Amino acid sequence: MFATLLKRDLAMLLPGGARGGSLLPLLFFLAVAMLFPFAVGPDPVMLARTGGGVIWIAALLAAILPLDRLIAPDIDLGTFDQLALRGISEETIVAVRLLAHWLSFAPLLLLATLPAAALLGLQGETLRLLLLGLLAGTPGLAAIGVTIAALTASLRASAALAGLLLVPLAVPILIFGAGSLARGDTGGVAFAGAISLVLVAIAPFAGGAALRSVREV
Amino acid sequence: MQASLAAKDLACRRGDRVLFTGLDLSLASGGAVHVTGPNGIGKSSLIRLLAGLSHPFAGEVTRHGAVGLVDERPALDPDLPLGAALAFWRRVDGCVTGTRSAEAMEIAELSDVPVRYLSTGQRKRAAFARLLDQSAHVWLLDEPLNGLDGAARELIEALVSKHRENGGVCVVASHQPMELPGCETLELTRYAESPSLKGGARGGCTAPPQPPSTPTRPPPQGGGA
Repeated sequence: MFATLLKRDLAMLLPGGARGGSLLPLLFFLAVAMLFPFAVGPDPVMLARTGGGVIWIAALLAAILPLDRLIAPDIDLGTFDQLALRGISEETIVAVRLLAHWLSFAPLLLLATLPAAALLGLQGETLRLLLLGLLAGTPGLAAIGVTIAALTASLRASAALAGLLLVPLAVPILIFGAGSLARGDTGGVAFAGAISLVLVAIAPFAGGAALRSVREV
Repeated sequence: MQASLAAKDLACRRGDRVLFTGLDLSLASGGAVHVTGPNGIGKSSLIRLLAGLSHPFAGEVTRHGAVGLVDERPALDPDLPLGAALAFWRRVDGCVTGTRSAEAMEIAELSDVPVRYLSTGQRKRAAFARLLDQSAHVWLLDEPLNGLDGAARELIEALVSKHRENGGVCVVASHQPMELPGCETLELTRYAESPSLKGGARGGCTAPPQPPSTPTRPPPQGGGA
């Protein structure tokens, strides 16, 4: 059951998938990394110091892009109702969707970080901390994204609202994830990972409750 | 199969309006009921209550057997070919009969066509193929004849009869007539609570009825100038 659902969700969300899943968030991420040196000037010292933070913000924004097609289309289609009739809990549905969402953007984002880091002149220890931090932080971003997508699915103009809601909730991950770059040790990465774990643990229950409440409207 | 569906003293609320109250329903194996009434009376809300997808305002619903629902949303991915979209539900339901129900619904030759290119009637046929694959005991059909041609209507009527012969239970909500032998009819208007639909206020837990608006005197807060 879990595998069947995950297969469908991945087919929908992966780039090139059925539900308009595209490489767009990834290209957006690379575009930000490419534009930044043009905007602040090509000073290598400055770029090396600020580049990690820019990549974090670009990653955060790239994670927002697919939110509007994460949950809402399946509510409109009645898929969740049909799954509920078959005794599949909303928590399971949201947990699977969370995993699929993370798989659809995070691994590719980590790969794209390598060319982005080259564009910004990041290397060595900084790059290692950046990759570790993103690995620890992106599950949290995915969890916030799925929860907010479920909460705003029945609202008009939900895409814009979802983006606005996600940003403040992502601040703790950003502080510790990007902060570890300035400190130069993995303590911040560990904190970002811990926050991610908490968010991943909460998301299925919060998102599941949101899906159930949509039905009562 | 042994199936049953019962509702006791059921009331339904949408927003701050109570749609119907005091509805009793009892269907044993092989039973069927045709819910009728004008638009907005609460037929679809009743179906969702019976399915357990929403909670009743009062009363309770008891079900025995798996519930299958066909409503206006086919729950088939618009971008997938019909065959793949139906195959997903067959995997979820653990169905091993292959494409037999698609053939029964006469949509087998459409299996390569993406769902978004299908007509309303073809989608409805596909939803019934999904229902057949589910082999549910309790069928809840919300406006099952919408968009279907005469041949498909007879097909649906035959499917419902066969389902009942096999011991299943069926609730059909439709404003269109259906040939269902031995099927009771439930006039939802009889349980309606709303004054506008019943033609007279009947005490209860509804919100106070709006005062009739007089066209000659607009309410003070409207307008301006």
